[in-house]
Amino acid sequence: MISLQNVSKSFGSGPSAVIALDRVDLEVADGEIFGVVGQSGAGKSTLIRSVNLLERPDSGTITVNERELTSLSDAELRVERRRIGMIFQHFNLLSSRTVRGNVELALEVTGAERRERRRRADEILDLVGLTAKAGVYPTQLSGGQKQRVGIARALAANPRVLLSDEATSALDPETTRSILELVRTINRELGLTVLLITHEMDVVKTVCDSAALLEAGRIVEQGPLVSLISTAGSRLARDLFPLGPVPRHAGSTVIEITFSGGSADRPVIAQLSRNHGLDVSILGAVIETIGGNQAGRTRLQIPGSAAGARAAIDDLRSQGLLVEVVGEGNR
Amino acid sequence: MIDPSTPGFWQNLLGVVMVGTGQTLYMVGVALAVTILVGLPLGIALVGTERGGLFDAPFGSRAVGVATNRVLDFVVNLGRSIPFIIVMIAIIPLTRLVVGTFIGTTAAIVPLSIVAIPFFARMVEIALKEIDPGLTEAAQSLGATRAQIVRKVFIPEALPSIVLGLATTITSIINFSAMVGVVAGGGLGDVAFRYGYQAFSPTYVLVVVVIIFVIVQLIATAAAAIARRLSHASLPQPGLRGILAPGTRQQSI
Ligand SMILES: Nc1ncnc2c1ncn2[C@@H]1O[C@H](COP(=O)(O)OP(=O)(O)OP(=O)(O)O)[C@@H](O)[C@H]1O
Ligand SMILES: [Mg+2]
Repeated sequence: MISLQNVSKSFGSGPSAVIALDRVDLEVADGEIFGVVGQSGAGKSTLIRSVNLLERPDSGTITVNERELTSLSDAELRVERRRIGMIFQHFNLLSSRTVRGNVELALEVTGAERRERRRRADEILDLVGLTAKAGVYPTQLSGGQKQRVGIARALAANPRVLLSDEATSALDPETTRSILELVRTINRELGLTVLLITHEMDVVKTVCDSAALLEAGRIVEQGPLVSLISTAGSRLARDLFPLGPVPRHAGSTVIEITFSGGSADRPVIAQLSRNHGLDVSILGAVIETIGGNQAGRTRLQIPGSAAGARAAIDDLRSQGLLVEVVGEGNR
Repeated sequence: MIDPSTPGFWQNLLGVVMVGTGQTLYMVGVALAVTILVGLPLGIALVGTERGGLFDAPFGSRAVGVATNRVLDFVVNLGRSIPFIIVMIAIIPLTRLVVGTFIGTTAAIVPLSIVAIPFFARMVEIALKEIDPGLTEAAQSLGATRAQIVRKVFIPEALPSIVLGLATTITSIINFSAMVGVVAGGGLGDVAFRYGYQAFSPTYVLVVVVIIFVIVQLIATAAAAIARRLSHASLPQPGLRGILAPGTRQQSI
């Protein structure tokens, strides 16, 4: 649905040039919610803005809705942009227009008739729950309501793709949750593909099907969350389920077990102590529901060296669990 | 020397001041219309041809954009720096070409417009620069054309500031219009000059000052009220607003 190939973009020239995107490849499947995370300055905004060519990359190709955008003429690009909705961190609503007027802007651009514009605007305002505010100006709305208007405007012309650049970063946690729920609903009910940028791992955990980690303009990891979680050494997985620094315990081994899918409700610890006679203690655990599946990690301490715990670890691995030895005490 | 005790003084004053006010309003009104017609696009062009602007690469060439911006900026600065009295004399050939003569009230409109246009263009430029670039991006993301962005984003969003800038422009046109006596343009300034200075009647000067003050004050107050009404930012209750302005503007421009 969205496919970026070998996309590079730098700002400035000479020694002061900043490489914002460095040969980025990104694949977002039809109908999924894809999250891109990364530190400030990693190039997240540049990445998402290049998807609808608000930022034109120096090289590479961008394919959205089966059309390669970088080779289009201005007029063709405008037509494609109507099929790509976008929402913004600071909402970017026109203060000169009412809520309804802001939504209608998207339809005026397409040349829709006045009556049709009005009908569609009211329909979409109903979807985002703002019917009562249709005649009000944006200054009279809360942040969450403003973002709902932003979403309504982005969806008014029936796009197939929604781009979101830190759409919840200016909102409190409660409002963030309700906006994310709305995005989820839209994704399910309208079958919209969503590419979102965030610096909050919570956002990824709550709504995303897939994620990518961007670091200094490069994609370091990407894939469906469920498979990232069961990938050894995945930094995204570690960031999604932080367990803190590994403590040093003399004479013991610290392991981490990653659960996903059906393995989350297995009595692993009981098995360890029963089958291997080990006094296992839990140092930390996180379990979350991702895409309807339970997933998470548990950090366990096993007395003795890794060699001693080998049999137990092998046993766990043979059950299909992902086990990593993260700390080994020396006797 | 005439003074209020002269028979027929007040009737004469009334007649002269009425004619003067009429001439001033006529000159200022037409000059203002021309100023808006030319100054608004000029202001938009000034902002648009800047780096990263909407028209920064006309005909696909950034060089054309840079050149256009430089030329416009230079012309505007030039127009603003030459004293009005010199402008009036310097553009006599142009005035002749446009109006047919360089003498009289109608002829005076040309130099008045010439000085007001760059002034207003700068006001428009400043107003447009206050617009959050995010709004332009939002419109672009919806697939808006440049013309649509100008019509639906630039002008409505900058309108409150533009209205205030317009009030300042009108004040300065009135100000300059006091000097058009040089080309027999008439108007209130000319009344004050001829009757106040040459015939030495302080009463005429006082009356002219009061009238001009009232006009300027009315314009400033009206502009502030219109700008506030347009800005939707500092409105009281939505309910109250509904009562004050039934059928609020919901349609597009
Ligand atoms: N218009 C620009 N001109 C010059 N440099 C830019 C421009 N836009 C972005 N950059 C640079 O490119 C790099 C990536 O910026 P970008 O805005 O994409 O980061 P980000 O990941 O979105 O950061 P944040 O989380 O702070 O929003 C940064 O080093 C930034 O300074
Ligand atoms: Mg950013």
